[in-house]
Amino acid sequence: MSAHRYLIRGAAPLGGDPTDLLLADGVIAATGAEAAAQAGDAQVVDAAGLVVLPGLVDLHTHLREPGREDAETVLSGTRAAAVGGFTCVHAMANTQPVADTAGVVEQVWRLGRDAGWVDVRPVGAVTVGLAGERLAELGAMADSAARVRVFSDDGVCVSDPVLMRRALEYVKAFDGVVAQHAQEPRLTEGAVMNEGVVSAELGLTGWPAVAEESIVARDVLLAEHVGSRVHICHLSTAGSVDIVRWAKSRGIQVTAEVTPHHLVLTDEIVRGYDPQFKVNPPLRTAEDVAAVRAGLADGTIDIVATDHAPHPVEDKDCEFDAAAFGMTGLETALSVVISSMVLADDVDFGWADVARTMSAAPAAIGRVADQGRPLAVGEPAHVTLVDPDARWTVVPRELRTASDNTPFAGRELPGRVVATFYGGRATVLDGVPQERTA
Amino acid sequence: MRHLLSAHDLSREEAVLILDTAAAMAATQQREMKKLPPLRGKTVVNLFFEDSTRTRISFEAAAKRLSADVINFSAKGSSVSKGESLKDTAQTLQAMGADAVVIRHAASGAPHRLATSGWIDAPVINAGDGKHQHPTQALLDAYTMRRHLRGEDAIGSDLAGFRVLVVGDVLHSRVARSNVDLLHTLGAHVTLVAPPTLLPVGVGTWPCEVSYDLDAAVAARPDAIMMLRVQRERMSSAGGGFFPSPQEYSRKYGLDGARLRALGPDALVMHPGPMNRGLEISAEAADSAQAVILEQVTNGVAVRMAVLYLLLAGADDRAGVSTPELVKDSV
Repeated sequence: MSAHRYLIRGAAPLGGDPTDLLLADGVIAATGAEAAAQAGDAQVVDAAGLVVLPGLVDLHTHLREPGREDAETVLSGTRAAAVGGFTCVHAMANTQPVADTAGVVEQVWRLGRDAGWVDVRPVGAVTVGLAGERLAELGAMADSAARVRVFSDDGVCVSDPVLMRRALEYVKAFDGVVAQHAQEPRLTEGAVMNEGVVSAELGLTGWPAVAEESIVARDVLLAEHVGSRVHICHLSTAGSVDIVRWAKSRGIQVTAEVTPHHLVLTDEIVRGYDPQFKVNPPLRTAEDVAAVRAGLADGTIDIVATDHAPHPVEDKDCEFDAAAFGMTGLETALSVVISSMVLADDVDFGWADVARTMSAAPAAIGRVADQGRPLAVGEPAHVTLVDPDARWTVVPRELRTASDNTPFAGRELPGRVVATFYGGRATVLDGVPQERTA
Repeated sequence: MRHLLSAHDLSREEAVLILDTAAAMAATQQREMKKLPPLRGKTVVNLFFEDSTRTRISFEAAAKRLSADVINFSAKGSSVSKGESLKDTAQTLQAMGADAVVIRHAASGAPHRLATSGWIDAPVINAGDGKHQHPTQALLDAYTMRRHLRGEDAIGSDLAGFRVLVVGDVLHSRVARSNVDLLHTLGAHVTLVAPPTLLPVGVGTWPCEVSYDLDAAVAARPDAIMMLRVQRERMSSAGGGFFPSPQEYSRKYGLDGARLRALGPDALVMHPGPMNRGLEISAEAADSAQAVILEQVTNGVAVRMAVLYLLLAGADDRAGVSTPELVKDSV
């Protein structure tokens, strides 16, 4: 990496006063006037008018490998992540085989390292085979080369309260966190969309908000009781925001994420029965969207996480009931956050909040020490340049992810990632991914 | 109107046109020679992913009496379990020359997907999709009500001022949803009666009233009462445990002799079939003089003839001529 030297000219750190940054030897070597002075033969990147952010960190990515390479691979998914401005992604455990052993998490970690687009941090399964019956070897995954710190049965809820308690307690030994997919299974049998006015009309089986909220409530109380950290995946309801806000006010160590799609889309869009809008948890009501946006702005919700969930065409080109749950998100996440939060008049959310919720806080939750760092001399050169004034139209085939199931097809979105630097290497320049040379 | 996917999509004018056309069709069915020529050379496919012999036969009879060729395609089970996708099945049928697809499917929205995904370009008629809609059932129910309640003045009229009870498993019922939509469009006043467990969350926004008390609703002397079929398996805990026992359901929500008498002799007793005698409806009510349950079946053929005719007969053929007249002319 030491061969890579870049002088970024005139970029605005977190939207502030423009400055220069020199990236060299994998770190931010200098800023301000010093940067140009020390630049030497560094490649100059004209960043006038661009915002510079710390490289984005996703706590919730489905890379699908091993097992569903028809949907995504570590290579295709991490390249898409780089194009989306990410320098680190957490690869969810629901692969085939499940990432429930040191062997599988190390394989995923090595695939990520070999691909070289971002730092791939595998998430370990909480229970063997995601079956919810007995704990996977969490310690072995933590001690492996992958150094797993985030554990999740995502896709399935750890619904057994005793098992959840054991997991919360056990991961304290290595400062891990359990990321819960909060979905009471009995309340959501056969459920495919939010339960409410729209599901009643469409005749689709409803997924009630209480099925999420009851698990969130239980788990924050369990976390309090055993003194552990708990993280709530893809929080989607107004009631969950209230519960997490209450839990934080009591000092409970809870963190929560919201997906970009839950910041903008509502269940009204399901009226056309288009499976591109089938996702778990489901798109909720306008009141829920307002609540999660307010929760993200006031810090109740700590982070934005993509829940990037690629699926091949045939898994969406069918009846709504038969379709797979999930949407891609790595390449649209930042634009959706800009659109729904930064440019919105009804919430107070600036570029520093983008850096906090999409970089610093997810890195802290995942205990990724060298990501989500300040843009300061000596820090790792994980840096993203964004053109805040650009607008682009989402065309599924033009995205770098291997799957087409974006819910934003045809939409014009603000903000475009111009460049991404991972460990000082430019993984993206002028919006185009840069293959590694040599 | 290019497809018939949901009763919700019909304007009052469209609904009245279908009912008037059905009346003209029904008149022709009194004759010895029942077959009419307008769909000669057209092929109607009955694409049934769910068993429903009576609905399929009704559509088949309707299409044949309009001289269409009929292909019955029975694909029991979901597309996924069968291995072939809905898209491929539909495109195969279109490749064989289907001019219209009548679809019954267990998945809500499957007809909508068929009509709007660009898979095929033939008109799609929803013959019942999951818990969503069954528009021709609502149309035949409205036709039956209008015929009885309006009598000789039925043509051109709607159901303004009529009061209808729909009783039973609203939660899982496409018949209830279709009827609420269509009856509301036609000006009738609908009250849904069900135990709270068999009403969907969100029912409060529907254009109707909701009651948990069948006796009170019956005491208000509605013009018609429609009893929905209740699946016996709904009471097991595996089936959702929606009510404690069939006996309790029958006592609180069944149409028995006492409630039949409380309705008075003029109220129509209706049921979309097939009936669970002794559960949602007693034999006494089902066989009473005021029951129009078999007539609903008869009217179903006329209504489906009307829908097929309006969707499939060329627009040129109908230009300048009101549909009932055309049917008379063509006989």
